[in-house]
Amino acid sequence: MSRLNAPPPVTVEAPAPTVPPRGRRRRLRRHLTPYLYLAPTLALMVLLMVVPIIMVVGYSVMDNVITNQNPQPVGLENYVEVVTDPVFHTAVRNTIYFTVVSVAAHLVLGLAFALMLNSGLVSGRIRAVFRMIYVLPWLFTVAIIAVLWRLLLNPNGVINYLLDVAGFIDSKVEWLANPDTALHAITFINIWAGYPFFMVSLLAGLQGIPKNLYEAARVDGAGAAHQFWHVTIPQLKPIIISMVLLDFIWTTQQFALIWMTTGGGPINVTEMLSTFTYKLAFSRYEFSLASASAVVVLALSMILAFFYVRHQKARD
Amino acid sequence: MVLVGASALALTAACGGDTDESAAGGTVTLEFAQWWEPELPEGSLRALMDEFEEQNPGITVELLSGPYASTKEQVVAGAAAGTMSDVVGLDGAWVNDFSRQGSITSLTDLMAEAGYDDGELASQIQIDGATYMIPVVNFVYPLITNDALLTEAGVDAPPANRTEFADAAQAITDLGDDVSGWALPLSLEAPNGVQNDVMSWVWASGGSMLADGQPDLTNAQVTGAAEYIQQLWDAGVVAPGAFTMKEQDKVEEFTNGRVGMMISSLAHVNTIRESNPDLEFSIAAIPAEDSYDGERGIPYASWGIGVAENSEHKAEAWKLVEFLMSEEVNSELSSLANAFPGNTSSVPDFVADDEMFATAFEIYQSGYPANEFTGLPVAEELMRMFGEEFQRALDGDQSVAEALDAAQQRWLSEF
Repeated sequence: MSRLNAPPPVTVEAPAPTVPPRGRRRRLRRHLTPYLYLAPTLALMVLLMVVPIIMVVGYSVMDNVITNQNPQPVGLENYVEVVTDPVFHTAVRNTIYFTVVSVAAHLVLGLAFALMLNSGLVSGRIRAVFRMIYVLPWLFTVAIIAVLWRLLLNPNGVINYLLDVAGFIDSKVEWLANPDTALHAITFINIWAGYPFFMVSLLAGLQGIPKNLYEAARVDGAGAAHQFWHVTIPQLKPIIISMVLLDFIWTTQQFALIWMTTGGGPINVTEMLSTFTYKLAFSRYEFSLASASAVVVLALSMILAFFYVRHQKARD
Repeated sequence: MVLVGASALALTAACGGDTDESAAGGTVTLEFAQWWEPELPEGSLRALMDEFEEQNPGITVELLSGPYASTKEQVVAGAAAGTMSDVVGLDGAWVNDFSRQGSITSLTDLMAEAGYDDGELASQIQIDGATYMIPVVNFVYPLITNDALLTEAGVDAPPANRTEFADAAQAITDLGDDVSGWALPLSLEAPNGVQNDVMSWVWASGGSMLADGQPDLTNAQVTGAAEYIQQLWDAGVVAPGAFTMKEQDKVEEFTNGRVGMMISSLAHVNTIRESNPDLEFSIAAIPAEDSYDGERGIPYASWGIGVAENSEHKAEAWKLVEFLMSEEVNSELSSLANAFPGNTSSVPDFVADDEMFATAFEIYQSGYPANEFTGLPVAEELMRMFGEEFQRALDGDQSVAEALDAAQQRWLSEF
């Protein structure tokens, strides 16, 4: 009987899987492509954000920079000096008032105007006209807004004239120059300048709410107020939260409008963190103190940014 | 903002380095940063530079021009990054800070090296005995009065002393129709009203806000001027909106006939004429204390010039300074700018052509240019500090004496 013996397995040294150089390059290119697309943005971010932030943090712990050729480190001294400065406390108080009132008014006005524009009670043409009128303040640059309102609120300006004619005032009100009214006046200007952003965003949100939700609510006997509180607001909530957080961040950093209308005065009743920091840098040339103040503002903004990012993540 | 500033510095540092480099072929290119070109008739400063280049073969001048505020920021950034232009237009309020920073060079040394005789220079701004800025042209700030309003108020000549001024301001205000006697710009954004409209009262009576180079805000002359302004304020003769009023607002109010009198730059005469050709107005010296008969200080602002410490062509830069300060060129430049020359031998054309400027020139020559803020450290901040305390006094939060004392303490901390 023959036995068939299987031939001993021949182990052939399999050649190492050789990938043609062209394929390797292709794979490498495929891996690198997204990074190459990102590279210009990353380079700009590093140059325009990371480097300046590191520079400013570095400046903030030196005795003084730019005007001092041999700066020496002083630890946290600048931070202590800034946060114990009474004008800084005034600036914080004013910034809180300015921001909270502005954001609240932006939301209320933006929502009110968005509801009006979304209403079916007015014709499409009228709606288009009002949409254009309501959005106008958003189209002006800050410089134009400042000049415009300085003229309007001038003691001899249009506002006083109208109020006088209507019998509301019997003497000229110095809206921006009176310590009792200046902060309210610039807050009002900021509200006027900023509400269209809320309005446009909320209008888009309103137009995205499914009609059947309202129909279902009506079937359940809900009136207009109930529909507003139990359908509209919950549906707009994600947009509202995002907008409020963004507006908080932007409004705390408002500088140009305040600088061009009151310069932080009269006395220091409209001093904000932004004007306080600017004066330290470009009026007193105390760049290290200004950097410390800027880092404090940055830290406060980061807290708000943290909540914003967390909210965005939760939404996603 | 500081982040933006830091970005600008980072970019300036990254992009700078050879901005003041010589061009090929042995030609030196000087950078000249200033805010003058936009304020002069179009092409006139360039024409002067062409003339300089013709007289100095091998040197070309590149003008870097911008508005006043951006020139200041550009100079600050250039000083920090070591890329300051070779020749820079300077305001007297910046000199102390830039010289201490070491970003502008001593002109005393350059003058000595060039063998320059400084006898014709009207003034030099010195820090610790060395000249760092030379005023090229000066803009004086006389009293400008609306003739029609004064006549209507029964005042036949511009006021010469404080009592006459207070009476005239009251009479104009009493005309009603939203007209005020005097404009007092105290904006904290641009606080030069403290220099031009408050301290000018002190200098006009031969007073001073300094003693031995240190703040002296509580002396009798400053106190007297501040109390006088408080009286005008209490009398209601000051135009409303003073706490946020800027220089241009003041000129606008005057041009529109809502203010009878203002202390303002001679440079505004043409602006007023162009904006309201029918307005009849006069120029006079700033009123002094009633009993004062000495020389009157008249406030001024300058277009100053300096040379950067980092310039590799200081000798050539000095040639440009010398050219601008020469009798003929300085006359031409001051004529173009409607300003008074920095060279004592120069005479601007407008003095012969225009009666109003002739009057102003007489006032200028009969008194002395006074601006004690020139050369002080953080001069603009000193004005702002004084402005804040003075606003508190006018608003009734403190007395004038308390305001001056508080400003004195704040100033001392900056010296």
